[in-house]
Amino acid sequence: MVFSFANLSQQVISGLATGSIYALGAFGLVLIFKTMDTVNFAQGKMAMVTAFVAWTCMNRFHMPYYLAFIVAVAFGALLGIFIERVFLRPVQGSSPLTLIIITLGLVMILEGVAGWIFGFDTKNYPVAVKGDPLTVLTAKISPHNLLIIIVTLVIMAGIYLFFKYTMAGIAIRATAQDITTSYLMGINVSRIFSTTWAVSAILGAIAGILIAPVSFLSTTMMDEVQLKAFSAAVLGGFTSLGGAVVGGLLLGVLENLVAGYISPEFKTSFAFGLIILVLWVKPSGLLGTVQRKKV
Amino acid sequence: MSNLKKLTDQHKKMLIIGILCILLPPILTSLGLLQGYFQYIINITGVYMIVAVGLNLLLGYTGQISIGHAAFLAIGAFTSALLVMKLGINFWIAVPLAGLVSAVIGMILGLPALRLHGHYLAIATLGFGVAITQIMSNMELFGGYSGLMPPGPTVFGQEVWLDYNLFGHFISGDLVKYYVVLIFVGLTFLVAANIIKTRTGRAFMAIRDSEIAAMAMGVNISKYKVISFGLSAFFTGIAGGLFGHIVGFISPTDFHLGLSLNFFAMIVIGGMGSLRGAVYGAIFMNIIPELFSGVQHLPTVLMGAAIILVTLFLPGGIVTLESKTLMIFRKLKGQLSKRSVG
Repeated sequence: MVFSFANLSQQVISGLATGSIYALGAFGLVLIFKTMDTVNFAQGKMAMVTAFVAWTCMNRFHMPYYLAFIVAVAFGALLGIFIERVFLRPVQGSSPLTLIIITLGLVMILEGVAGWIFGFDTKNYPVAVKGDPLTVLTAKISPHNLLIIIVTLVIMAGIYLFFKYTMAGIAIRATAQDITTSYLMGINVSRIFSTTWAVSAILGAIAGILIAPVSFLSTTMMDEVQLKAFSAAVLGGFTSLGGAVVGGLLLGVLENLVAGYISPEFKTSFAFGLIILVLWVKPSGLLGTVQRKKV
Repeated sequence: MSNLKKLTDQHKKMLIIGILCILLPPILTSLGLLQGYFQYIINITGVYMIVAVGLNLLLGYTGQISIGHAAFLAIGAFTSALLVMKLGINFWIAVPLAGLVSAVIGMILGLPALRLHGHYLAIATLGFGVAITQIMSNMELFGGYSGLMPPGPTVFGQEVWLDYNLFGHFISGDLVKYYVVLIFVGLTFLVAANIIKTRTGRAFMAIRDSEIAAMAMGVNISKYKVISFGLSAFFTGIAGGLFGHIVGFISPTDFHLGLSLNFFAMIVIGGMGSLRGAVYGAIFMNIIPELFSGVQHLPTVLMGAAIILVTLFLPGGIVTLESKTLMIFRKLKGQLSKRSVG
């Protein structure tokens, strides 16, 4: 491939679009990890289920795209609250192994149930906005990809303001810092957990619906995105919300550059190699803080 | 003779189980109770028992999470297949070699894993598992998506996987495979049971129970973690070698994330830190899909539900039911004898 500015900017712009999806996923993962010390392995499967709900709304109940989007996101929030309440609440504060087992169990249950309800064949999903590619800085970008980037930026800005200025946001940050003290300060910690899962599930749902036109609908559609989200969260630092966004966007761009300039076959392996490399060299990631284990 | 007298109850039990394992299948076959397909499932269960022992050494005994173990199965399967097919090495040498190659890769993975705990280790091994199979799918050497077809073993240049007619009794190729698997399963349990009793095994358990306490007691954490990864990968690699030759067809895509998750579930359900738990886990993992083969998605749901339920209500896994049922029996027996006395 010939190296040129046009080419480079093309790779970067389309990398930012997929990177936005990773950022959404990574943000959801980090949010739950920070508040509850749990890595939600089932996040991708939850997003997959909500994408299927959106598809069903459109094809079975003939809803318009945006109404289906809203219904599915609302469903995603409820699913998040339900899962936290029923599966995670009883084991809150247990060892990492127990928490991992629970969320991995959910992965299997959600995959099986979704396959049972929606079938295992892949389905098409429409893009949000149709139209000819637009030109940005000599690079072409499809309106859908542009929408992905804009939606992600708006959501991240919204979440930043939410955490900075609302009581609920401040309460979540407080809980993330110290659960016991938060209890003593009169914060309803259980409600915080529910809110956290709802927000995280909403982010996953949005990512799932936005990636669906590219990845197609199937029970495994989010597996790769989920792994990339892990990769992004590790790269940015699993303890930093800002790191998740930076990690997601950076990963999207980097893997595109690897695909464009080295070999497309390495694109996926690169993300996983990166996980191991970052965890080896700097486990706290780019923006994360070092966590020490208490005796 | 004096050695024989020293046989403890434990050894006697093992001996009886061993003899049953050797004699039962041909007897059941001749009675028509063991059909070809079911024999195949038993063979695969045996292979998975080896995986379960390997993974249990890491997860149950050393307390290190791995959700990428299907990758070691793939490494073993392809190493053994390629050694036999490309280099013409004998099956009986190729399978242990596959274990060794897998062990080396396991130890290399163990190095970055030294710095990782809990969730991070889970993510790293998950990434490793997916990356290995994807790299393999992209390489010509491993047959790409169309895969490889490993042949069966030979003894003195003779094919072994055949149907025989022995003194008028029909012996199927699947039964021959069963005995090959049985040899490996027996050796695996023998080796693993002995490792657990050594200094190494005790170091594993010390690391599991408290890394800091183990370090304070002078256990070389790094060394034993790497050994644990290596051993675990060794057994899983051997299982992989066997798997390839028994199934007769392997493709990198067979060793997907779902399989790794099933392996993980198998240990949790059977019982972490118990070799007998490995047996129960492997049986559970293979029987569930067969029982519900009519409903395509149910086995996955059941496995998922099972690991959650076991974690919440039966933390030691199925193996703890053993002593519980024994206790109930003893109680009943005690009550009966009391009654007879009264």
